[in-house]
Amino acid sequence: MIEFHQVGKQFDRRKVVDDLTLTIAEGEFAVLIGASGSGKSTTLKMINRLIEHDAGYIRFAGEEIRRFKPEEIRRRMGYAIQSIGLFPHWTVEQNIATVPQLLKWPRPRIRERVAELLELLHLEPEQFRHRYPHQLSGGQQQRVGVARALAADPEVLLMDEPFGALDPVTRAALQLEIARIHQLSGRTIVLVTHDIDEALRLADRIVLLDHGRIVQQGTPASFLTDPANDLVRDFIGRSDIGIKLLSLEIVSNYVRCGEFAEGEAIAETLSLREALSAFVTRRVEALPVADAQGRTTGVLHFADVLARKPTA
Amino acid sequence: MTLSIEHKAPNRVLLTLLVLMLLADLCLPLLTDAPNRLISGTGITLFALLESHKQSQGAWLALPFLLLAVLPFAPQTRPTQVMAAVSASLLLGGFSLLAGLTANKLSGDADSLVRISFGGGFWISSGLCCLIAADAISRTAARPSVRITANLLVFAPVAALLLCGQLDQLSILKEYANRQDVFDDALLRHLQILILTLIPSVLLALPLGLAAFRRPRWRRSLFPLLNMIQTIPSIALFGLLIAPLAAMARQLPWLAAQGVGGIGMAPAIIALVLYSLLPLVRSIVAGLDQVPHAVVEAAIGMGLTRAQIFLRVEVPLALPVFLSGLRVTAVQAVGLTVVAALIGAGGLGSIVFQGLLSSALDLVLLGVIPVVVLAVLVDNMFKFIISSLATAHA
Repeated sequence: MIEFHQVGKQFDRRKVVDDLTLTIAEGEFAVLIGASGSGKSTTLKMINRLIEHDAGYIRFAGEEIRRFKPEEIRRRMGYAIQSIGLFPHWTVEQNIATVPQLLKWPRPRIRERVAELLELLHLEPEQFRHRYPHQLSGGQQQRVGVARALAADPEVLLMDEPFGALDPVTRAALQLEIARIHQLSGRTIVLVTHDIDEALRLADRIVLLDHGRIVQQGTPASFLTDPANDLVRDFIGRSDIGIKLLSLEIVSNYVRCGEFAEGEAIAETLSLREALSAFVTRRVEALPVADAQGRTTGVLHFADVLARKPTA
Repeated sequence: MTLSIEHKAPNRVLLTLLVLMLLADLCLPLLTDAPNRLISGTGITLFALLESHKQSQGAWLALPFLLLAVLPFAPQTRPTQVMAAVSASLLLGGFSLLAGLTANKLSGDADSLVRISFGGGFWISSGLCCLIAADAISRTAARPSVRITANLLVFAPVAALLLCGQLDQLSILKEYANRQDVFDDALLRHLQILILTLIPSVLLALPLGLAAFRRPRWRRSLFPLLNMIQTIPSIALFGLLIAPLAAMARQLPWLAAQGVGGIGMAPAIIALVLYSLLPLVRSIVAGLDQVPHAVVEAAIGMGLTRAQIFLRVEVPLALPVFLSGLRVTAVQAVGLTVVAALIGAGGLGSIVFQGLLSSALDLVLLGVIPVVVLAVLVDNMFKFIISSLATAHA
């Protein structure tokens, strides 16, 4: 879907992005991560030509992006930044309708789409449609920002630290939201963050950048089990790599069916990290597991978690 | 919002203003009585007046004053504030009515040369009435549009007295009656100069402001120049323009035929436009500067064109700041136009200077009061527009 080939960018003779080669497949959730100044935001902004690259080529849907008019390519990609990017003088509805209006969609279709998106992001349409951004909480503003980016069914969704300004609880809720939207729509998403937990939680593929170069790219699990060098190890946090590995897996894959254990059942959708916490607090080595309907499905053994060998 | 919050302590502002009013009326003459318009008269204090009048007329003053004297100790709720504003408005009307009745009595005869003018006590008392009303209104009216309307309504009793002819025998209105044609022409000319200043100023300031916003280098050279113009005293600037314009009119007869010359409207309008440029250009640049960078970046990122971003995002967000600049400019132009009368531009200033030269104070006031009223009206009109813009998305 998006292909970088030996792409470079200089600001005042300083290389911000250097010899970057990267392919993001259709439907993939790619997370660009790095410290500030690593070139992650620049890389994202080169995709919709907010910043023009000056070496190599970038292809979108098989075509070099310079073949498109900048406005055209931007309207085909959703773009979400921190909540301050909402138009303060427009209502929620007008904000979300920005790109559909530019694309001259008929009015009823726009209205319908706005309602659909507000519902998708758990904002009651009739309640929020006519509000102004300053009448919303930070989390609600960010939901509107995501809805606006999704408005015209973009082929790609670009997100530049979209949850950076939010409190941890709201941030976690929106991360779940965006993961759900990715699963529902199968849309290609490129997200920039400096938060490794956000990257581990959301990404199909993590791309770690440093000084404009890719240090390592791969699945969250490969980052944790096989970090390329000390920099990567530092970034993912040396001391709790094991804990982070557990957070990537869910209980249902480790349940031994047909067995029985004492105590209150845990949900099979929990991560192994949460299960570990339950083992420690209850001081047991086996936990009963229940499905969404509350039916007991089997038992999770502490030894299986340690071995990290799936039973299913 | 401060409404309906109960204060245990008395309203000290209202109390202070009332004491000041009492002191002013005890010490200073409310009106002055002169045998003709050129001689400065002898003062008449409020209490001397009340003694000579029938008691029923004193009631017009006593009732609202006593009410105001009680209100500071009442709970400071919305009805209290409304009552304070209404009482202040009635008190202002009461003072005016008393002045008008006294003038009727002392110079009611058509051929009488006697002049009854406002004295220091009257000016201070009416000023304090306005302050009391404004204070009460600001404590209870949260919406700017309501506040502006209420502030204008304070003058309703005075306006009614004026329209009924109750004040016609006062010296200032006699001056008006004698010079009605001149006054109407002057007012019209004043408005004409104001509009002919504002339109070209805005048309010039827009491209200058945009250029200064887009190119910092322009900004660095433009602002010092405009600042320098602003520091030239107005009379000097009017004077400076006489020579070049007179020369131009000699060289280009068609210009002279258009009425352009060293004196008259042309140099006045040129000078007023020059003065208007600094606040206007500055407000345009400030308005565009305060548009959040993230909003513009989001707009670019969503695929709005340069022109769409300017018209749909930057202009609406910069408009309130620009209108505040236009408000300052318009009020400034109303005042400066008075001085323009010195180079023959006409306007209310011509009445002021006529009064000054013949040392007829009431004639000066006949010129000055409408200028003040005009400035207040223009100011409130812009405030109203700006506040209705703000409430549209607030």
